[in-house]
Amino acid sequence: MVEDEPGDELMAGASGKETILWRIRHGTRDVPENERPEDVPIERGYRTAGDAGRDEIVEQFAERAAEYKAAVRRVSESELPGAISEALKRRGVEKLVIPPNLPEEWIPEDVETLRDAARPRLTNEELDASDGVLTGCALAIAQTGTIVLDAGPAQGRRALTLLPDYHLCVVREEQITGLVPEAFARLEETVRDERRAITFISGPSATSDIELNRVEGVHGPRTLEVLIAG
Amino acid sequence: MKVKTPDAFSKGKTPRFEESAKTALADTQLRRNLGKATKTIREKRKVVVEEMPDWEALREAGRSLKERTLRHLDEYLEQLEESVTRAGGHVHWARDADEANRIITSIVKSHEAEEIVKVKSIATDETKLNEHLEREGIHAFETDLAELIIQLAGETSSHILVPAIHKNRAEIRELFVRELGAEGLSDNPPDLANAARLYLRKKFLSAKVGVSGANFAAADTGTVCVVESEGNGRMCTTLPPVLVTLMGIEKVIPSWRDFEVFMQLLPRSSTAERMNPYTSFWTGVSESGDGPREFHLVLMDNGRTDVLADEIGRQTLNCIRCSACLNVCPVYERVGGHAYNSVYPGPIGAILTPQLVGIGKPGPDSLPYASSLCGACYEVCPVKINIPQVLIHLRGKVVRKKQDTGGLKSKLDPENVAMQAVAKVFSDPERFEQAQKLARIGQWPLARNGSIHRLPGRLAGWTETRDLRAVPEQSFREWWKTNRGTN
Ligand code: SF4
Repeated sequence: MVEDEPGDELMAGASGKETILWRIRHGTRDVPENERPEDVPIERGYRTAGDAGRDEIVEQFAERAAEYKAAVRRVSESELPGAISEALKRRGVEKLVIPPNLPEEWIPEDVETLRDAARPRLTNEELDASDGVLTGCALAIAQTGTIVLDAGPAQGRRALTLLPDYHLCVVREEQITGLVPEAFARLEETVRDERRAITFISGPSATSDIELNRVEGVHGPRTLEVLIAG
Repeated sequence: MKVKTPDAFSKGKTPRFEESAKTALADTQLRRNLGKATKTIREKRKVVVEEMPDWEALREAGRSLKERTLRHLDEYLEQLEESVTRAGGHVHWARDADEANRIITSIVKSHEAEEIVKVKSIATDETKLNEHLEREGIHAFETDLAELIIQLAGETSSHILVPAIHKNRAEIRELFVRELGAEGLSDNPPDLANAARLYLRKKFLSAKVGVSGANFAAADTGTVCVVESEGNGRMCTTLPPVLVTLMGIEKVIPSWRDFEVFMQLLPRSSTAERMNPYTSFWTGVSESGDGPREFHLVLMDNGRTDVLADEIGRQTLNCIRCSACLNVCPVYERVGGHAYNSVYPGPIGAILTPQLVGIGKPGPDSLPYASSLCGACYEVCPVKINIPQVLIHLRGKVVRKKQDTGGLKSKLDPENVAMQAVAKVFSDPERFEQAQKLARIGQWPLARNGSIHRLPGRLAGWTETRDLRAVPEQSFREWWKTNRGTN
């Protein structure tokens, strides 16, 4: 238990822990005294690495992300700045949120930029009033059409990609992994050493709560656009 | 269709399943909605599961990971506490629902918050957190579209995943016009979703405290995970300066790496997607100011250690709340979630509810009988919970409890004697099927108006106290085999 908790009642939590642990030990009396967790075998017979080639992986990611109703386009490295500017124009973005360490050449000249930094930070109200956000990503997963953000360079803190209604995300071909387990393996260090937050994004926000009709967009960005560069 | 009534986790008695099912069966709108919904999800799930060549290997990994965790739950919870604390979070332990509610309330009060935003969490439905907060002068805003709908309507959820499955668009429009003042609103789903977006955006921006549940928490890194679709989960876990997460103690998993198993099993089993739109993973509080400044994790028992102590019942705690078992259940499809009078409906509810609240209460005790033992739930369960086995085991416990507490009179009670015989038959699906076949051949002299009025021999006591519905021409199990294959 931590010491600086508010309120008297929380002191009861200390004995709560003892009670619960005691109940667990009592409830698992059938487990041999000397059994270690590792003694319970885990069969990891599932695929942990794919055998698809680079092209196939990139193609699969593009296809599957598009199935979630994300707009996906493949461009070459040199076409990228033009494609970004075009996408923003089409969408009518005037005020664009920029995370720290976004490559400068990605940022079109004719938009008003709202740059987030450690100081000063953009307020939630500023983010809410913006027209969109432009980011990179940590990696992407072909198998599921997922973009992964880890609050690292060119992505920024989580609120940046949450409050604006439009998210334009650049994925470099070499950032795309084949299978889900490969992605978790690659993220392990960031989580373990830097404890950064991880967000998986598979298409724009959606709900099927009304008569099971899929509606794109409730609380998160209602439009997600992906540019695959390579 | 129904206002808030007590469920198995609130104070007061709840009706038996048979009684509630009767009302539900009479509601044709509900049955139509449910039939359409479960069929759609069932078919979609089949497609995304069949494209996975290693699905069975993933299920086995999921099951064995849960087994390892549950056999050593004390160790994993202590490790989780250590990891979360190291990452700047606070960990609390709650023996029961009441203690969990008190802990959460005092955190909210210490920040002088009168409003909080919440992302769907069945654990907080179990503790009746919202009602508790309301009594303390704190209003909890549900932020999932479906949860908002049922909160505004003053109702209870009818499906783990799509809680407002029983409401159609016209009803939702009417509700939003009345409760949110959304004049001129159409009943187009995108318009309805937009009305909710506008209403809740203000709440997200002003709330000082967010409350969430957790799908998983990794003991080795202290990383907590919320799986969702709409983005309200991201809002609640990112924007308010204080985050409180309530988690059942069985949600811990050994390590970060194990997400690779569960994040494949869960989305395909629940929403029948390769991946759900958003998943958030956070580890304590961020040093660079990304997200909340303060994070509290409340680990709750509330009956789970009783489930753990039952060697057959223990596997129930494997559950990752995907709701696949609901969508394939022929009983659920016909009666819907409300008939279970529990925050956990369907096959999983039928085994989890009576174990969490304890055997000996008429309502929950009736749930293990709310099944035809067709086995479809077991086949789809991503963590391989043998639901039929647990159902039969619990039926036996219910009968024994009755005998133990009832004295001699109850031991000789014809219903109890009959139940013993029934329990024996039910204890083995093979024998059960056999009995059903026999009953169909032998029942005709006894059946009148579609009900069996008297059964021969030892089973007579059972029919003396209730009308048995005639055994169907084809049992659910047989029907399932011929009509749906092994989906
Ligand atoms: S019992 Fe299995 S199928 Fe049912 S909700 Fe739990 S994990 Fe899903």
